[in-house]
Amino acid sequence: MPRIRLRANALIGSILVGATLLLAAASIVWTPRNPLAVALRQRLKPPSAEFWLGTDEVGRDVFSRIMTGAGTSVMVAGLAVLAAVLLGSLLGLVAGFLRGWVDRVLMGINDALLAFPGILLALGLMAVIGASQWGIILALGLAYAPTVARVVRGAVLSIREREFVEASRSIGNSEGYTMWRHVMPNTASPLIVLATSMFGWAILAESALSFLGLGVPPPAPTWGNMLAAARPYMESAIWLSLAPGLCIALTLLGVNLLGDALRDRLDPRSAER
Amino acid sequence: MSPSLLEVDALRITAAGGKLVAVDGISFHVEAGEILAVVGESGSGKTATGRAVIGLLPPGLTCSGGAVRFKGEDLLTVSADRLRDLRGAAIGMVFQEPMVSLNPALTIGAQMEEGMALHTSLSKAEIRAACIAMLKRVQIRDPEQCLTAYPHEFSGGMRQRIMLASVMMLKPALLIADEPTTALDTLSQREILDLMVGLARHEGTAVLLITHNLGLVARYADRAIVMQRGRIVEQGGARALLSSPREAYTKALVDALPRRVPRTGSRPERASPVLEARGLQVHYQGRQRLFRRTPAVKAVDGVDLALYPGETVALVGGSGSGKTTLGRAMLRLVQPTGGQLFFRGKEVTQHRDEDYRRFRLSCQIVFQDPYSSLDPRQRIGSIVMEPLRHEPGLSPQQRRERVLKTFDDVGLPGFEERFPHQLSGGQRQRVAIARAIVRHPALVVADEPVSALDMTVQKQILTLFRKLQQERGFACLFVSHDLAAVEEIADRVVVMQHGKLVEEGDRDSIFDAPAHPYTQALLEAAPRLESVS
Repeated sequence: MPRIRLRANALIGSILVGATLLLAAASIVWTPRNPLAVALRQRLKPPSAEFWLGTDEVGRDVFSRIMTGAGTSVMVAGLAVLAAVLLGSLLGLVAGFLRGWVDRVLMGINDALLAFPGILLALGLMAVIGASQWGIILALGLAYAPTVARVVRGAVLSIREREFVEASRSIGNSEGYTMWRHVMPNTASPLIVLATSMFGWAILAESALSFLGLGVPPPAPTWGNMLAAARPYMESAIWLSLAPGLCIALTLLGVNLLGDALRDRLDPRSAER
Repeated sequence: MSPSLLEVDALRITAAGGKLVAVDGISFHVEAGEILAVVGESGSGKTATGRAVIGLLPPGLTCSGGAVRFKGEDLLTVSADRLRDLRGAAIGMVFQEPMVSLNPALTIGAQMEEGMALHTSLSKAEIRAACIAMLKRVQIRDPEQCLTAYPHEFSGGMRQRIMLASVMMLKPALLIADEPTTALDTLSQREILDLMVGLARHEGTAVLLITHNLGLVARYADRAIVMQRGRIVEQGGARALLSSPREAYTKALVDALPRRVPRTGSRPERASPVLEARGLQVHYQGRQRLFRRTPAVKAVDGVDLALYPGETVALVGGSGSGKTTLGRAMLRLVQPTGGQLFFRGKEVTQHRDEDYRRFRLSCQIVFQDPYSSLDPRQRIGSIVMEPLRHEPGLSPQQRRERVLKTFDDVGLPGFEERFPHQLSGGQRQRVAIARAIVRHPALVVADEPVSALDMTVQKQILTLFRKLQQERGFACLFVSHDLAAVEEIADRVVVMQHGKLVEEGDRDSIFDAPAHPYTQALLEAAPRLESVS
């Protein structure tokens, strides 16, 4: 029974994430209409056969904008998480494996950064770097790296005490090799779970930053800035906020389901016997 | 004939809705005041049986048939309230893990008084006096202070005494002791069981002693039951059962008890030592407290020890004697803080040069816990292949052949593609041994390699070790507190206490004529079968 539910979760997760990725990929070659073309006569049209998800306050096709926005959001979140995982794992591995003063210095800085809420940190960084697509990736990556470093360091600290690490030393492997071959792979489970939920946070944070006007600058659409632009029309044109809002929610749901399934799959102990 | 104190009748315990059977219709009885041992290996259902009697089966297991009559009352059908009344007052239980069976947040006094307050109507002062009297009887020094202390201030052996005291204080008619000393070293084991049996005899308490150790059965039990896969294989008087077992499984268990056999083959000649320690020290700095440092711990304190090619030296001592640290320090897995190490005459104590490299590659270790010494993410083929990374001049094909040959040698042919979690404890230990010998080492340090395993599996692993050693001629430092295993495998024995070697000699001379009082105490405490026959 649990296994069947697991399979269903994995399936739903894959479908949701797959749909988002498909939208994002398709938007590169084709959208029903030009997502940037303004047509003031057609403004605030409800969903119809012509405009599948209606039009926005300047008459742009919402469906086309959702497609283009999916690409931007997925790319921004994906790259930001990748940056955070790379940087954070490196710091966490080094701190956890070397311990001593290296650990204290790195984790001191890390804790100082963790003391700021991630979104605030990203906001500050955005103010310095400037609002652009790469700026937001960098800002979110830096803002999430301390969390990754914490988790990885914790995992490393517990793994390095296990006897197989000592066994690796005893057969003559170098510290670097031991870390790479035996310690790092065993941090994967907590890291994957964290990375998937961080992917969700990053989509949300990008939306929030865009909502605040610090994200990807208009007119390029993202789910966040679409949501922001839709705010004044909540009562008259609900589809404007509903479409990007639902997209964010469903993508997050898919990512989380997939993350859980992935964790169970990657852990050899929980794999089918 | 009056009814027995405890009568278990066709008891059946199942899991997963009846699909898995843990205990399959067993019947036995316990008379008042007798000591009945339940013997079996892991998975035999002995623990489930003990738990069922007191109504504390772990979640997932259920009693699906039979009866457990205590003084004529069926414990499987009485109300939960009545069962609670009986627990503690009439049936007490001592658990295996003293480190986790006391609540770390409560003082010893609070935990001992809890049971008394629940089941008796004594006043606070009377309860306190009773606690102190009981702690005295289990030989706790300074019982008044003990009552206000917390569990973490005591060693495992002391905690188990405290557990015993708090259970026996209520004078139960039946005591269930589930592997009460498995987590302890031989000396504490002896002390605790002597105390337990002494108290039980004095109070007329019957004991259901659940154990995998036949040596304990021989020493303490009146009658014994042998369980295998949820069924009773054989039962009878403890001594008769051990000296003339009728069933094949009991015979196998008795045979699995390590015993001394004369050494066959020529003794390795004492050319020059493979590895020699001179004045080896490992001192740990004291912990930095707020304003002072706690005194340094001298785990290894000036040890001279030479290991010659092909011999097995057993390093024996109680917990905390420093034997594990010495084993690690001999391989420089723990850096010695003083003294010198020589590998084939070359000093390898400090530097990381070419000599050290050769030393590191030809001295290997087998760890105690096969569950944590194998990387869970590696297939075992790749685990065993790994040491060959540092072996120059081998083609991938040769490596693969070497690994396959080693798997054959340790009795795991065709297992290369499995993950560690798919193996049993004994099989994992075979993998660990394969990893240690795949590079044809000159020396293997085995740190309690069998103490986490079942008796029959222990026997197999010891035999395997012996065989491999004869074939390949490596020297072995066998670190153990289990004198029975040592007696079977060792050529020479060194005894360690408080970081120092207190006695050293041939196996036979140590076992037959121990000179040092500590060695005598260790030998005296070791449960052995010879005491029966």
